[in-house]
Amino acid sequence: MSGLQPFIVPAIQGSYFIAAVLFILGLKAMSSPVTARGGIVWAGVGMLLATLATFLTPGLHNIGLMLVAIAVGTVLAWWSGKTVKMTDMPQMIAIYNGMGGGAAAAIAAVEFARGEALSPLVAGLAALGALIGAVAFSGSCVAYAKLQGLMNKTFRLPAQNAVNAVLSLVTVGLGVAVVLGQPADPTLVVAFFVAALLLGAIVTLPIGGADMPVVISLFNAFTGLAVGLEGFVLGNPALMIAGIVVGAAGTLLTQLMARAMNRPLSNILFVPMGTAGGDDGGVTGSMRALTPLDAAAVMRYAQKVIIVPGYGMAVAHAQHKVWEMAMLLEEAGVEVKFAIHPVAGRMPGHMNVLLAEAGVPYDKIFDLEDINAEFATADVALVIGANDVVNPAARTNKSSPIYGMPILNADYAQNVIVVKRGQGTGYSGIENALFYNDNTRMLYGSAQQVVAEVIANVKTMQA
Amino acid sequence: MDGLAISGLAALYIFVLAAFTGYEVIARVPVILHTPLMSGSNFVHGVVLVGAMIVLGHAVTPLEQVIGFIAVVLGAANAAGGYVVTERMLGMFKPKSAGNGDQS
Repeated sequence: MSGLQPFIVPAIQGSYFIAAVLFILGLKAMSSPVTARGGIVWAGVGMLLATLATFLTPGLHNIGLMLVAIAVGTVLAWWSGKTVKMTDMPQMIAIYNGMGGGAAAAIAAVEFARGEALSPLVAGLAALGALIGAVAFSGSCVAYAKLQGLMNKTFRLPAQNAVNAVLSLVTVGLGVAVVLGQPADPTLVVAFFVAALLLGAIVTLPIGGADMPVVISLFNAFTGLAVGLEGFVLGNPALMIAGIVVGAAGTLLTQLMARAMNRPLSNILFVPMGTAGGDDGGVTGSMRALTPLDAAAVMRYAQKVIIVPGYGMAVAHAQHKVWEMAMLLEEAGVEVKFAIHPVAGRMPGHMNVLLAEAGVPYDKIFDLEDINAEFATADVALVIGANDVVNPAARTNKSSPIYGMPILNADYAQNVIVVKRGQGTGYSGIENALFYNDNTRMLYGSAQQVVAEVIANVKTMQA
Repeated sequence: MDGLAISGLAALYIFVLAAFTGYEVIARVPVILHTPLMSGSNFVHGVVLVGAMIVLGHAVTPLEQVIGFIAVVLGAANAAGGYVVTERMLGMFKPKSAGNGDQS
């Protein structure tokens, strides 16, 4: 071995360099549908390379313990990732992300636990990474619990924003004390970590389900940044590059999502939906129901049907049935397209994944910008379990909380059929003027069952 | 600490260039890929595992070992879970309707 000694450090450095390049190329490939599947494999190879190279690090102890830890973490996550349902994907991303943040915070904790005096710069970077990582960890855990339905109530403390502000100041104060008082007093370090964990949880608690994707994305960016900062502490280029790249990419992704919902990030964090005020613009009239038979007839003899799926469809697990119906209509010569709002489902792109799972080819799925002009030429717009994203109030009613959010212009279609469980309002809790339009008919029931009935009726109309 | 240390100025360069790279990589992404991409970037920061391994590898006291152990478990879970979930999601993006969709 001793003859190879001079080559070990350059070999490790080279592996980290190649890993960093593979991560970036992988992410780049993942930004196009054609190359996306290769992208994750490239990034995976990079990860494997970086991990294996790390075992060669000179003077590495606790190898047995390390192997056990890797096995435990990998097996648990691999198994849960393989078995989770596609609809539950967002909360799995949240929890894995939280774990990454927790790992970054733990790295800082070990640095402080060593009891050696760190230089102010290193201690500062470690503490900042610990703060961001710990917030991402506890915040992601709360996000997971909420999306998983373990915690349904959004609780809001009295004077929530004041509590947030005070807790933030206390946490930062403790962090500064830890950095300046090197080697750090253990009690102070513990208090700092507890405060940071508490902060993440408290900030996330009042955030509503509809805003959760944006928050998960924000925590993803946080974890990236925390990992990058701990990378600087350890002087490890793989962590530095991968962490900061993800931190920057995640920040941009968060902004794109928030923009798609027309909810500035500051509103999501500090002004919960529902208390934002606004009225329903005096929606009047009544909703008119129709039967699955009528719906089948209208669509079977239409030229063009545009389907607008929403989270309600995903909850009812109706995507397979909906695609079956679409194929049946296509056989009858109807042109069928799917229109996806940027925030349909729980996350941007989540609905695309669910439809893809049902076998819908992606050339039948259209983004808002690509399809909005086509509603005017469609005979039927079939809205399944979507609500706020087709509410025309976003275009017209300045006092509506969703005013300005880009919506799918379903109301421009000749006929609008809305599949809906009951007469309630959407996430934002506002009435939907679309449901009261003259050309709108309501098809009440769970999406799965209603679509099955439509399919049965379409079949009886086959020429 | 292990012969890989980098000077402050070089670190600053890395920080700035990596930030620009991250921004550019995401800049022109169709909405359809937002969730898989978020998941993919979630996997990439799973490289925190490497940092956790280095820290555990240099842990001396039981306390350091315990925290280091937790760090490695969490890091490994981040990497493994992130990979599986992203791979499953991207597996849905088949061109055309060739396979006609594998039912779950």
